[in-house]
Amino acid sequence: MTGGPVLEADGLSKSFGGVQAVRGMSLAVAPGELVALIGPNGAGKSTCFNMLMGQLRGDAGRVRIMGEDVTGWPPRKIWRRGVGRTFQITQILPSFTVRENVQLALLSHQGKLFDVVTRARRAQSDVADALLQRVGIVGFAERACGLLAYGDLKRVELAIALANRPKVLLMDEPTAGMAPAERIALMELTAGIAKADGVGVLFTEHDMDVVFGHADRIMVMHRGSLIAEGTPLEVRDDPEVRAVYLGSSLDPEGP
Amino acid sequence: MTTRRHLIGLPIASLFAAALVGATSLGPTSLAAETIKIGDINSYTRMAQHTEHAKRGMEMAIAEINDTGGIGGKMIELISRDDAGEPGEAIRVAEELVTREGVSILTGTTLSNVGLAVASFAEQNQVLYLAAEPLADAVTLQSGNRYTFRLRPSTYMQAAMLAELAVDNPAVRWATIAPNYAYGQEAVAAFKAIMSEKRPDIEWVGEQWPALFNIDAGAEVQALSAAEPDAIFNVTFGADLARFVREGADRGLFENTFVASLLTGEPEYIDPLEDEAPVDWLVTGYPWDIIDDPAYVEWLDAYRARFDDYPRIGSIVGYNAILALGAALEVTGGSTDVEALIEAMRTITFDTPQGELEFRAIDHQATLGAWVGYTTLIDGRGTMRDWYYAPGADYLPPEEMVARLRPASD
Amino acid sequence: MGPHSSPRHLDKTTLGFFLVQVLTGLSSAASLFLVAAGLSLIFGVTRVVNFAHGSFYMLGAYFGLTLVALFGDWFGRGHLSFWSAILCAALVVGAIGALVEMTILRRIYRSPELFQLVATFGVILVIQDLALWGWGPEDKLGPRAPDLRGAVFILGQPLPRYDLVLIAAGPVVLGLLWLLLNRTRFGILVRAATIDREMVGALGVNQAWLFTGVFFLGSFLAGLGGALQLPKGGADLLMDFTVLAGAFVVVVVGGMGSITGAFLAAVLIGQLQAWGVLLLPQSTLVMMFLVMAVVLVVRPFGLLGRPELVGHGRQMLDDPLRPTSWRFKGLVLLLVLGLAAAPLYLGTYGLVLLIDILILALFATALHAIIGPGGLVSFGHAAFFGGGAYAAALLVKYAGTPMALNLVLAPPAAALLAIVIGWFCVRLSGVYFAMLTLAFAQIVWSVVFQWGEVTGGDDGILGLWRAPWVRGRIAYYYLVLGCCVAGILALRHGLSSPFGYALRAGRDSPLRAEAIGIDVRRQQWAAFTLSGAFAGLAGGLYAYSKGSVFPNEMAIVRSFDGIIMVFFGGVQHLSGPLAGAAALTWLKDSLLRLEMWRLLLGLAVIAIVILFPQGIAGFLKQRFGRFVGIRSELSS
Repeated sequence: MTGGPVLEADGLSKSFGGVQAVRGMSLAVAPGELVALIGPNGAGKSTCFNMLMGQLRGDAGRVRIMGEDVTGWPPRKIWRRGVGRTFQITQILPSFTVRENVQLALLSHQGKLFDVVTRARRAQSDVADALLQRVGIVGFAERACGLLAYGDLKRVELAIALANRPKVLLMDEPTAGMAPAERIALMELTAGIAKADGVGVLFTEHDMDVVFGHADRIMVMHRGSLIAEGTPLEVRDDPEVRAVYLGSSLDPEGP
Repeated sequence: MTTRRHLIGLPIASLFAAALVGATSLGPTSLAAETIKIGDINSYTRMAQHTEHAKRGMEMAIAEINDTGGIGGKMIELISRDDAGEPGEAIRVAEELVTREGVSILTGTTLSNVGLAVASFAEQNQVLYLAAEPLADAVTLQSGNRYTFRLRPSTYMQAAMLAELAVDNPAVRWATIAPNYAYGQEAVAAFKAIMSEKRPDIEWVGEQWPALFNIDAGAEVQALSAAEPDAIFNVTFGADLARFVREGADRGLFENTFVASLLTGEPEYIDPLEDEAPVDWLVTGYPWDIIDDPAYVEWLDAYRARFDDYPRIGSIVGYNAILALGAALEVTGGSTDVEALIEAMRTITFDTPQGELEFRAIDHQATLGAWVGYTTLIDGRGTMRDWYYAPGADYLPPEEMVARLRPASD
Repeated sequence: MGPHSSPRHLDKTTLGFFLVQVLTGLSSAASLFLVAAGLSLIFGVTRVVNFAHGSFYMLGAYFGLTLVALFGDWFGRGHLSFWSAILCAALVVGAIGALVEMTILRRIYRSPELFQLVATFGVILVIQDLALWGWGPEDKLGPRAPDLRGAVFILGQPLPRYDLVLIAAGPVVLGLLWLLLNRTRFGILVRAATIDREMVGALGVNQAWLFTGVFFLGSFLAGLGGALQLPKGGADLLMDFTVLAGAFVVVVVGGMGSITGAFLAAVLIGQLQAWGVLLLPQSTLVMMFLVMAVVLVVRPFGLLGRPELVGHGRQMLDDPLRPTSWRFKGLVLLLVLGLAAAPLYLGTYGLVLLIDILILALFATALHAIIGPGGLVSFGHAAFFGGGAYAAALLVKYAGTPMALNLVLAPPAAALLAIVIGWFCVRLSGVYFAMLTLAFAQIVWSVVFQWGEVTGGDDGILGLWRAPWVRGRIAYYYLVLGCCVAGILALRHGLSSPFGYALRAGRDSPLRAEAIGIDVRRQQWAAFTLSGAFAGLAGGLYAYSKGSVFPNEMAIVRSFDGIIMVFFGGVQHLSGPLAGAAALTWLKDSLLRLEMWRLLLGLAVIAIVILFPQGIAGFLKQRFGRFVGIRSELSS
C-alpha cells in the first residue's frame, strides 16, 4: 500500500442508452500528485468522476482506493475509505454555519451520526477551526453558509473534503464561477495541501491557466476515451489533443 | 399589489375578529342559579333528518315546562352541540358542556357508538346521561352504569317485536345485513338469538357488514343474493338503506324474499325513498298520521301547529326525553345533584303521548314501545299497514339476562 | 363467507354469477377512475397533489342533483334533460376548479409542495361548509336516470341497467382523454409538461393558461364522476373524504401522472371490492390498501408511473441553530412556570383546552421534526398518534395493565409501526413520500376500523380509567405538562445533536450528505421512527385524557390537523409547532360555535399559505426576536 497509487481505475466503461459515455478509462493518482482530467464538453469527464465516487455504477471496470477494490460501493462508503470530494456546483449545507459544515463531516468521520445526546455545535470546534484556518475562511466560521459568496463556498467545500484526512481528493471543476485571482489562490492552496499531506488530487477543469499552471500530470479525454496523458508540456504539444481542441486554445497565453 | 394583499387579508382579519367574538372567558364558570342546564349532544350535521326533529321535540317540551313556571322556580335551558356522528367528537363536546357550561345532565345522542361513548364519559365524570335515541343493548347491559338511562326500546326489544311476527313466516334460510358497528352487530345478534330459540330449524346462510354510511350496495346485494336466502333481516338505515333498497330492487333481491327490517317504517328513513319505498317488509316504525289514540292526536295537533311540519320519530324521542328529565327534576325539587337525580329517575313514572312510562330500576331501560307493522305504498308514499303499538314493558330483556350481562353496580 | 356459508352457496359459482360479479366491480370502478384520472392529470402537469379533488367530486353530485331537478322542471324528465344536467354539473365543477387554480394555486407554484398541499386542504374546508350551506345537512337520494330502472339479465343473472352506463363510462372517457392528449395541441402541451415543465415555458406557451386548463379538465372529470354516480346513490357531506382515500390509492397504484395507470388501478380496486365483499366481507378496506402496499414494494412508482423527477419546489432555507440566549431560556422558563400555575387562574374548561394544546403541541413537534429538519412531508402521522392511543387502550382491554405502564409502552408501539411504515416510505421523497405515508396511515386506520373484534371498530375502546393518583383533572394536567415539556425539549435537543444535524444535512443537500459519509435514508428512517415514538406518547396521553379511543384518532383529518399546526407555527422554526397547536386549538374552539367555522378556518389556512408562509413563529422571530437575542438570517 505504501508508495503505490492512492487512486486507481481500470477499464471503466459506461453507456447511456447506446451512447458510450466512457470507454475503457484507466488512471492512477500517486500521493501528493495533482492530476487534471480535461476534455471538451461531453468527453465523459463527469461520468468518469461519478463512477470513481460511487455516484454512478459503471458497466465495466474496477476502482481501487489505496489498493482496496471499492467498485460498486456507495459514495458514503468510499468517503470513509479516505476520499474527499468537491462538486461542480457547490454542495454545502446552507442552513448550517460554516464551522458546522466542517464539524458534521468530523462527526461523521468519528461515527457519531446516531449520537442524540451531545450537542453537535460543541464537537471539535477547534479541529474545525483549524481546517477553516487552513483554507483561509476562519473569519466566516459563525456565518450561515447560505449567505456566503460563491468563492468562499468553494473553500468551505475544500475544508469539508479535508475533514476526514483524505488520501484522495476528487474535485469537479474546483474553480468554476470564481474570479481569476481567486482561482489561482484556491489551486495553490490545494496544491500546497496535497504536497504537505501526501494527498492525491484528481480534478477536472475548463480553465487552462489553472490546468497548465498547477497540474503535475494531465489526462485528456475525448468521446469517452483517453487520448493523451503526460506532463503539461507533453500534452500541449500532442497533435491529437490540438486537433480535439481545435477552435479553442490550449495556450495559456493565447487569445 | 397592496390592495390585493389587503383583500386577501380580509378573511384573516375577519377570522380573528370572529374568534374573539366566539371566545368566551376561559376562567372558572359561575354556576347559574336561575336555570337548569341540560346539555344536548346530537348528530346535527350527520343525521339531520332525525336530529332536527329531536331538537324540536325537546324545545316543545321545554317550552311547555317553562310556560307553567319551570321546575322549583327554575327555568330549563337546553344547550345543544353537534357531534358530527363521531364518538370522539361527542366526548369532546361532552367535556366542554360539563366543564365550561356547567351542565350536569346530558341527553340526546343519535348513533349507538356515540351513545356508548357518552355513557362511558358519564360514568367517568359522574354526570347523569339520558340516552334518548341510541339503541345498542350495551348502553344498558354490558356497558350499563348507574349514571346512564335509556329512553328508546333497545335493539333487543325491537328485534323481539319483529321476531314475534317473523317466526310465523315459513322462511328457513335467513341472511342478515347490518352496519358494522355496535348497533348493527347487537341487532343481528339479538334477532338471531330470539329467532333461533323460537325456530330451531332456521338456517343463517349469510351475513353482510357494510361500513356505516359507506355501503357498496351493488357488491353487498350480489353477496346476499349469492347466499340465496328466503328471508333477510336488515339493519341498515339512512343513506345506506336508500342505496341498499334501490340496488336490491333493481337486482330483484326482494322478489319472493321476506324482509324484516329495523326502523324502516320511521318517516326519517321511509320518506326519502318516496315511491321506491319497499312494500310488505316487516318493520318497526312510526305511522305518524294514522295513529288515533286521543292523547297522541292532541300532541300531534300541538306539534303541527307549533312547527308547521309533521313529527318524525325523533320528535317523540326528544319530547319524551325532556318529559322524563322534567319528572325527575320535579322529584328533586329542581336540584341537579346527580345522586338525587339517579334516585328520582329510578322511581318516576311520567305521562307521555305514548302513555305512562317509567325506567326499570335494574337496567335503567325505559318502557317506551314502538309501532310494528308492514310497509306499504299509498299515493306514491311509503307508510305502514296492519300496525300496532308494542308497549316496551312487554319486551324488556329478561331479568336473568340483565343480571348476566350488566356489570354489578348499585 | 365465514362459518355460515352453506353448500348451496357453492352452486352459485356459475359463469353467469361470475360475469355479473365482474361487471359489478367494473361499474363501481367508473367513478373512482374519473376522480383518479383528474387527480393524476393535475398532478402530472402542475405537480400539485390536489387534496380538494374529493370535494370536486362531492360538488359534482350536489350540482347534479340540483340541475337534474331544475332541467326536469324546464325541459321535462327525458333523456336529453337528464344527461345534459349531468354534463352541465361537471362543467360547473370544472369552472370551480379553474377558479381555485387561478385565485389560489397560481400564486404558490414555486413554493415547496407542502404549501400546495395545505392550500388545497383549506379548499376542502371551504367547500364542506359551502355545500352544507347550499344543500343542507340531509343525505340526498340521487335521481334515477330515465328508462334505466330495473335490470338486464346476463346468463340468467340480473345486472342493473344503469351499471351498463357506468361500465361504458370508464373506457369511453379513457378513449376521449387519449384522443385529447394525443390528437390536439392542448394534449401535446399537457404531455410535454408532464415530462418536463420547463420545456413548455421554452415552447413559448402561456403556462398559466395551460395549468388553468388542466385544472378545469381534472375538476370536470371529478365532477362528472360525482354526478354519474347519482342514480346509484346520492349526495352527502362525507363523500369528499370517502372518495379521496380510494382515489389516492388508485393514483398511487396506477402511477402518478398516468391516466392509463389510473384506469388499470381503478379496475383492479373495483374488482377487489366486488369480490372482497363476497369472500372477506369485513376486510374490504384493508385489502384495498394492502394491494397498494404490495404494488409499491414491487414498483415504487406504481404500475405505469415514471421515477420521480428532481424536486421542483423552492427550498425554504432555515436559519442555522444558534445557541439559545439566556433571555430566550428565561422566556421559556417563564412560559413553563406560567403553565405550571395554570390551575390557579384557569377554570376547568381552560385546563381541558390546555391539556389538548399540550398534547397536540407534542404531536406537532414530533411531526415537525420530520417535516422541517427532515424535509419529508408526512401525511400519515395520525397512524402513530392513534397507534400510541390504541396501544394503551388495547393493553387496558386485553392485559389490564396499569396506566403508567401503558403510557410507557405507547411510544415503543408507535415506533414499531413507524419502523415498518418508514422502511417503505423513506425510499421516496417529495409528494411521493407524502402520498405513501398517507396511504399507510390509511392501512392502519382501516385495520383498526374493520377489525372490530379486537379494536372495537367504529365503536372504539371505552373506559380508559386514569390511575387514582391522576384521576383528578388538575393532577392529570401536571402529568401531561411534565410529559409534553420533557418530550418537546427532548425533541429540540435531538435536533441539535449530531443525529439531528445529519438529518438536516440530508435535507439541505443529499449529495453533500452522502459525500461526507451520511446514509441519508437510514438517518431519515431513524428520525421517522423517533418521531413516531413521540407522536405515540402524545396519543397515549390523549387517550387517557378523553377516557376512550376511536378510529378517528388515526384518520386523515388528524394527520391534516398535525400538518396545519406545523404550518401555522412556521415550518422553519423549532418553536413553531407549539404556537401552531395553541393557535389551531384556540381557533377551533372559538370558531366551533359559529356557523360555517370550517369556511373561516379554510380561508385562514389559504390566506396564511399565501400571505404568511413564515408562520406565527417566523413572524414573532422577525418582529420580536431581537429582544431575546435571536434574529432571522436566511428564513423570511
